[in-house]
Amino acid sequence: MFSSIISFIPRAVVQGIPLLFGSTGEMLTEKSGNLNLGIPGIMYVGGISGVIGAFLYEESLSSPDAINGFLAIMIPLLSSALGSLIMGLIYSFLTTTLRANQNVTGLAMTTFGVGFGNFFGASIVKLTGSDIPSVALTNTSQFFKASLPFADDLGWFGKIFLSYGFMTYLAIVVAIAAAFFLKRTRGGLHLRAVGENPATADAAGISVEKSKYMATCIGSIIAGLGGLYYVMDYACGVWSNEGFGDRGWLAIALVIFALWNPDIGIFGSIIFGGLYIVYLFIPGLALKTQELFKMLPYLVTIVVLVITSMRKKREYQPPQSLGLAYFREER
Amino acid sequence: MSEAAIELRGITKTFGSVIANKDVNLTVRRGEILAILGENGSGKTTLMNMISGIYYPDEGQILIDGSEVVIRSPKDAYKYKIGMIHQHFKLVDVFTATQNIILGINGDKYNVKTASEEIKKISDKYGFIIEPEKKIYNMSVSEKQTVEIIKALYRGADILILDEPTAVLTPQETDKLFEVLRRMREDGKSIIIITHKLHEVLSISDRVSVLRKGEYIATVNTAETDETALTEMMVGKKVSLNIERKDPENTADRLIVKNISCKNAEGRTVLDNVSFTAKSGEILGVAGIAGSGQREILEAVAGLQHLESGEILYVNPKNDETVNLRDKTPTQIRDLGVRLSFVPEDRLGMGLVGNMDIIDNMMLRSYKKGHSAFLDRKQPKNLAENIIKSLEVVTPGATTPVRRLSGGNVQKVLVGREIASNPKVLMAAYPVRGLDINSSYIIYNLLSKQKENGVAVIFVGEDLDVLIELCDRIMVINSGRVSGIVDGRSADKNEIGLMMTKTQEKGREQ
Amino acid sequence: MAKANTASAKTAKAPREPLFHIVKRSSLPFYKSWLIRIIAIAIALVVCGILTFILTGENPISVYGTMIEGAFGTERKIWTLLQDIAMLLCVSLAVTPAFKMRFWNIGAEGQVLVGGLACAACMLWLGNVLPTAVLFIVMIIASMAAGAIWAVIPAIFKAQWNTNETLFTLMMNYVGIQIVSYFAMAWESPKGSGKIGIINQSSQAGWLPTIGGQKYLLNIIIVLAITIIMYIYLKYSKHGYEISVVGESENTARYIGINVKKVIIRTMLLSGAICGIAGFLLVSGTNHTISTSTADNRGFTAIMVSWLAKFNPLVMILTSFLLVFMDKGASEIATVYRIDQAFSDIITGILLFFIIGCEFFINYKIVFNTKHKKAEIAAGAADAASSAKEAE
Repeated sequence: MFSSIISFIPRAVVQGIPLLFGSTGEMLTEKSGNLNLGIPGIMYVGGISGVIGAFLYEESLSSPDAINGFLAIMIPLLSSALGSLIMGLIYSFLTTTLRANQNVTGLAMTTFGVGFGNFFGASIVKLTGSDIPSVALTNTSQFFKASLPFADDLGWFGKIFLSYGFMTYLAIVVAIAAAFFLKRTRGGLHLRAVGENPATADAAGISVEKSKYMATCIGSIIAGLGGLYYVMDYACGVWSNEGFGDRGWLAIALVIFALWNPDIGIFGSIIFGGLYIVYLFIPGLALKTQELFKMLPYLVTIVVLVITSMRKKREYQPPQSLGLAYFREER
Repeated sequence: MSEAAIELRGITKTFGSVIANKDVNLTVRRGEILAILGENGSGKTTLMNMISGIYYPDEGQILIDGSEVVIRSPKDAYKYKIGMIHQHFKLVDVFTATQNIILGINGDKYNVKTASEEIKKISDKYGFIIEPEKKIYNMSVSEKQTVEIIKALYRGADILILDEPTAVLTPQETDKLFEVLRRMREDGKSIIIITHKLHEVLSISDRVSVLRKGEYIATVNTAETDETALTEMMVGKKVSLNIERKDPENTADRLIVKNISCKNAEGRTVLDNVSFTAKSGEILGVAGIAGSGQREILEAVAGLQHLESGEILYVNPKNDETVNLRDKTPTQIRDLGVRLSFVPEDRLGMGLVGNMDIIDNMMLRSYKKGHSAFLDRKQPKNLAENIIKSLEVVTPGATTPVRRLSGGNVQKVLVGREIASNPKVLMAAYPVRGLDINSSYIIYNLLSKQKENGVAVIFVGEDLDVLIELCDRIMVINSGRVSGIVDGRSADKNEIGLMMTKTQEKGREQ
Repeated sequence: MAKANTASAKTAKAPREPLFHIVKRSSLPFYKSWLIRIIAIAIALVVCGILTFILTGENPISVYGTMIEGAFGTERKIWTLLQDIAMLLCVSLAVTPAFKMRFWNIGAEGQVLVGGLACAACMLWLGNVLPTAVLFIVMIIASMAAGAIWAVIPAIFKAQWNTNETLFTLMMNYVGIQIVSYFAMAWESPKGSGKIGIINQSSQAGWLPTIGGQKYLLNIIIVLAITIIMYIYLKYSKHGYEISVVGESENTARYIGINVKKVIIRTMLLSGAICGIAGFLLVSGTNHTISTSTADNRGFTAIMVSWLAKFNPLVMILTSFLLVFMDKGASEIATVYRIDQAFSDIITGILLFFIIGCEFFINYKIVFNTKHKKAEIAAGAADAASSAKEAE
């Protein structure tokens, strides 16, 4: 029993981390009043952009051994951030500057982003001339997967707390930082004001457009890192089309589950990750029944959604102007 | 003393085809209270919004302390020490007072505690009472206004603009506010107060600037003018401010409300044991501070409010039978043969659908008639054309979305539709809010005519002067209770004001 | 602007007048707004052409040729095109009444799938039991009921507790997908394939009949009929009027005695039932099987089709044509030039960005600020004049 919990937790964590990145990014975005349903697409773009960066870097090397650890990490990180940033800018431009419908824009972003990811994924596969439909960047991946020292020496403690690549800790740090930012800083207060009541924020001298752009773009970059983590760490550097699946929507579900609190999101992501793979730890499940277990995270989200709407507590509600465009001279 | 703090030159602003301000010139001096007087729709708020950076002028210049400035956003306005208290408060509901007050300020270290102390200091200086940690959604209207004013002062505003600050206050609260404003003036601040209430202008301001239909008319010293002169400037031509009030004839009890109580969504009691009788051939006025239960009373009668207790009896004029309307839906009430019309406070949000044309809005009341699954647009079309003609609605046509009509015309459409069904009870909540004087009088006359036709009219108003002139009896309510019903012909404004506010100990004298 | 600069430089550090500001339009004539949309689509096509040129090196003109070829090239392709338009249109029609009510039903994907699943179940269990006519009636009712149930669950919570329907319906999609995935394995045939395979291959029980030798014709006719009915329903029926009123303002609806909860639930039952029909047509008419990809993202694309058409069922024929055409065309380019099929998603995304963005120019206009320039021209643009102005 104990040993299966010890092996369960790390697997729940690695499942949860992409969701944590995605939901932290989406929370920042939603706190500015933007409901970005393009997150699934942005996570694809974040993933493939990192893959492109890593691929170009690996190709430029004379031999695989010449790889430089610092560059192998920084190039995918930065190219992933750049890809997601561009997606965030497109979304912000359409919804904030052009005041387009957020639902429709978000869904178009997802169509575009998933297509973008799969298209370039397939193109790189073709460039490598590989027989299998996937790219393997194992050399780069080893730097992402490197776990903390002593992970193997400290028994269960090492396994549960130390056995992850650096992006896992990064995700947690980012979530804590986001929670701190939202609750304890002036910038967070301003951002929340924009999402609650943009006219008030505007009258108080806060630039609504700038806040929305900043929150959405930074949120996109964070969410995109979830895609990168998935390829480089979880999937050991192997990109395969559609591999990322529906995790982007789960990240959006996690936002609701955590009631727009990035710190609760940390635990939420591990719970979600656990729910996502719990079928593997229940002995004797038929293959088909496993499929039913995979709906658990969604069911749990629905339950949370329903309970919070019944409780009607003001602090548990979505930002008040979520999904609405703001135009100062509205009469 | 006579140094100009703000000067406006040739300010023009248009919205689509509507000219809100045309070539306005205006000067505000240091250490004075300037009243901006004008009817509803005369462009007062638009003008002030351009000083505070909400709107950007199409033409003209703004000068502060003699040099030209460009105010592109509220942030710029704060830079010039201009603070505006909007009529619809700009506060974040889920934040505390302190969080709202420090919102948008950059620079010094973020520290809620020192901010709270600073706020205390300001409150003490001008005599405000405030709980810094209270959430806005738990606050009363006057508390919210206090937060707004402190917010402006906290930012060091030297020029304060208040947009209709007394609309939501009782006479007593208004006096308190005016005291604070006078203290600020002594402190050297410039205060602009937007209003359309003449007696307030006379009591608080040093000078008055008058706007009419978006144009600047004149500025006069308050000491050298009076109500008649100001009214003339405001309206343009001499108008008689008298409403013709005939004595009620053939009155009979039409609507008997007995001991109704109800709670709002948060479980707070909003109506507490309210009883009154509306008689045919009579206008019953309802006076009270905004949010004292006026809306709930009307909605309870209209079948939109669930009651905890009590009953609402309608006496059918045909056979003198009574039916209880309590907890019936609007459809059930109609099916019982009750002829009830209701002009709600929120015209475009409740009485009408802004994006639909006049015909479809006429249909709101009648579409259910008949057993066909399909709509009949013919009769609504005739009705729409009738109302446009008889009430002189200014519109391009019957197929224009009502959202594009001016406030007065929107109200004519709504009142016209409600009267068209020949009601026996007509309820109207703030039916002249936002209308210019001419339109207001058209509405008053429509209500009077209904009364003469034997309709029981219930009129919820905010202007006590109008209530006293128009109504036969006035019911005063105070936080969900009836504090008394007075005769409209002998009522005294201050007495009503007191009844609206005093704490409920003495019980209800009939 | 240079003049304004020098002028403001003198008046201490007054900020410069913004170059332009945005004003809401009061209204735009019908034809002008459509002109703006057509221009946006044209620009999008040019951008897509350039992108294709970069990726394939083919000259843009022949790129469009290839796209048209892909959509209309052969009779078979035309029929597939029409069938795909019909199916997308059907789902779009389903979500439209909900959207008119401002109920963001983004759960059509799941509603179509469970509808299709119910249809498949009937074909499997009853296909060789019931007489054909009865079988079809049962299949249609089962599909509509399944779709309706899937849609009404979020609607009940919305009506009762105002639970956010966007997120609720979104989650319901994945619950639906997993259920289909479960049954795909439970009913797998042949064993071990993890797929259902063609149902009733030999008996063709529960297969929609072919008309005039055309497999898809019946699907298309049914969807056309639904289109016209939906148009009439929304525009001329009392229900349609109630939907509009609830969508525009719930308070108004309550004020005139519309039972808002009832309308929300009724409309979502309708929305879900039509999704169920789409599922039925896909399983019984098109695929004769079901998998998690049967709905093929139409539930999401339909949202855009409906929104682009401003919820007008007749215009939706055009918008669904546009999206399906772009998809087919881009897919043909991908095949011809041996690039990945995901190319068509990129092209569709770009097209959507342009159409979504162009709404701005229909609702707002940009006014360039010229007042300072005018003022200076009036003052003769002379320094003396401007300094005189400052001295005032």
